Amino acid sequence: MNSDNTTQSNVIPDRLRSRFVRLIGSWEFLLLGVGILIFIFNTQASPYFLDPWNLSDATFNFTEKAMIAFAMALVIISGEIDLSVASIIALVSTCMGFAVQLGVDTPGLLFIALIVGVACGAFNGFLVAILGLPSIVVTIGTLSLFRGIAYIVLGDKAYSGYPESFAFFGQGYVWWVITFEIVLFIVFAALFYVLLHRTSFGRSTVAIGNNPTAALFSGIRVARVKFILFVLTGVMSAVAAVCLTSRLGSTRPSIAVGWELEIVTMVVLGGVNILGGSGTIPGVVIAAVVMGMVTFGLGLLNVPGIVMSIFIGLLLIGVIALPIIIQRARSRVNA
Amino acid sequence: MTSIRLSRDVLLTLALIALVFLVYLRFPDFAAPQSLLDVFNDTSILIILALGQMAVVLTRCIDLSMASNLALVGMCTAMLNSAVPSIPIPLLVLLAILLGALLGSINGLLVWKLDIPPIVVTLGTLTIFRGLIFLLSDGQWVNAHEMSPAFKALPRYSLLGVAVLSWAALLCVVCMYILLTRTPAGRAFYAVGGNPDAAVYTGINVGRTRFNAFVLSGALSGIAGYFWVSRYAVAYVDIAAGFELDVVAACVIGGISIAGGIGSVAGAVLGALFLGVIKNALPVINISPFWQQAISGSAIIVAVIFNARSERRAGRIILKQAEKH
Repeated sequence: MNSDNTTQSNVIPDRLRSRFVRLIGSWEFLLLGVGILIFIFNTQASPYFLDPWNLSDATFNFTEKAMIAFAMALVIISGEIDLSVASIIALVSTCMGFAVQLGVDTPGLLFIALIVGVACGAFNGFLVAILGLPSIVVTIGTLSLFRGIAYIVLGDKAYSGYPESFAFFGQGYVWWVITFEIVLFIVFAALFYVLLHRTSFGRSTVAIGNNPTAALFSGIRVARVKFILFVLTGVMSAVAAVCLTSRLGSTRPSIAVGWELEIVTMVVLGGVNILGGSGTIPGVVIAAVVMGMVTFGLGLLNVPGIVMSIFIGLLLIGVIALPIIIQRARSRVNA
Repeated sequence: MTSIRLSRDVLLTLALIALVFLVYLRFPDFAAPQSLLDVFNDTSILIILALGQMAVVLTRCIDLSMASNLALVGMCTAMLNSAVPSIPIPLLVLLAILLGALLGSINGLLVWKLDIPPIVVTLGTLTIFRGLIFLLSDGQWVNAHEMSPAFKALPRYSLLGVAVLSWAALLCVVCMYILLTRTPAGRAFYAVGGNPDAAVYTGINVGRTRFNAFVLSGALSGIAGYFWVSRYAVAYVDIAAGFELDVVAACVIGGISIAGGIGSVAGAVLGALFLGVIKNALPVINISPFWQQAISGSAIIVAVIFNARSERRAGRIILKQAEKH
């Protein structure tokens, strides 16, 4: 996780470039361009792509992951990481499934999901923020632990029999092709935008990621902010767990396995610095849509999921390597 | 510093013995020499991988692509063997090492030349390598009957009552020990992880050292890839999926600091053995294997709390704070 900036030189320019130039040169703009290209490519590649119902189905590829990615973005901006998110989904889903067997109905299930999500997040937060342990190791530990508990409870069995009304969260439509999940996605995108870019809490998060010691000396309660961020990630994982469980209609301990890596990929693709200190919610939103469209478009072309993952992997390394290569080339020309 | 490390390794050894003793109380045959040798043999691949991961972690990096590297190399050797059975096995093992090192060097180059954070690079190559296996094999399995008898026999072949796979792990342990404690290249790993800025001033090329660590972990993944496929006599896309986390877990339990610069070969081996004993003991004492994941997760958390305490005692935290500026 740690890296050092021994080779980086920070030259402060005489004046900032104009707002317009900065917008054009921004990461989000570049990503949007990539997204539009992929969209055009998809429409050419398959005649079924532009069907509204198909597009609506395609949103399931990213909505649940993106909801967690918003919280993950804040965690990564603060200089930490949470690899246990997919395991929190598994544990939340298992607890809900267990409750269903006892006859708990939909409001009760939502309450249980929230409690378990908060508890998992608080556990991570306690270890990282209060005890000061490295988050990457702690959350690899809780990744095993949370899913491990799901395996102990379920073994090779599965829970099903969720109440009728519970199906709405993952399968319901608000209006025409607009799913409940996409509405939730937009609402959370807006909420996290405000939280990160328009509140002092968001500024504190960025400050902590840039320099935790300086943040502490400037009066930011570093441990508390980090703790809250981990709890927030737990809550968002619980929300995703409700949507996913509702959509699948059953719980297996292997639910959402491997999502943590896809979510981190989404966040990094969205221009969030993996070392902390910078990143935007619009970037993550665009990255989520781009990743969803790549997956969906390749799916229409009958490309197997595992081959899509090559594409995602190349995208991840490519989008980070490309600006570095361009910058190097540019500075070589100037020198 | 040395005394702290030593006492940590001793403590871990005691914990390991206590663990074996607990199982022994329920099931005496578990502690029989042959049974313990079997456990060691079963853990050999994890030990080999943990050694490679340790080299990378020492330099403040992390290699999440090890299991995918293993699977890709394993698939390549299996397909090569089934297509051209006449290739001698030692040559095949050499090819596995070279291919693994080549894949590792991709990680290393991206970290060294482009300064991309290692976690991002290896997250990317994790999925890319795994996908390449599918492209290569078209999703097909290479089954036992397609492999030559010699290919499958090597890891099981017994030398002085110990399987070749165990000998391979021991050889890796010895080489790694010599590399890390008796050569400048090995000291460089510690120097780069302990304080990269200071390492530069002592004339160590930080990027190059990290590159070396990634090549090393790749080569060890390559060996492990051949042994995995030949031992289980099957190769398919998903072999060893998720195993990278077990490898990191072994390192953490072994007291290797994720912040770099701290760790010993003994720690990595003990950490791997700790997980190996748990994995082998559970079915013996009639606990469902489904408990394994939660137990190793708890072990990681306990180990990391313990690591932090011992590192703090050594006064490292103060230095850490100063470095961040």
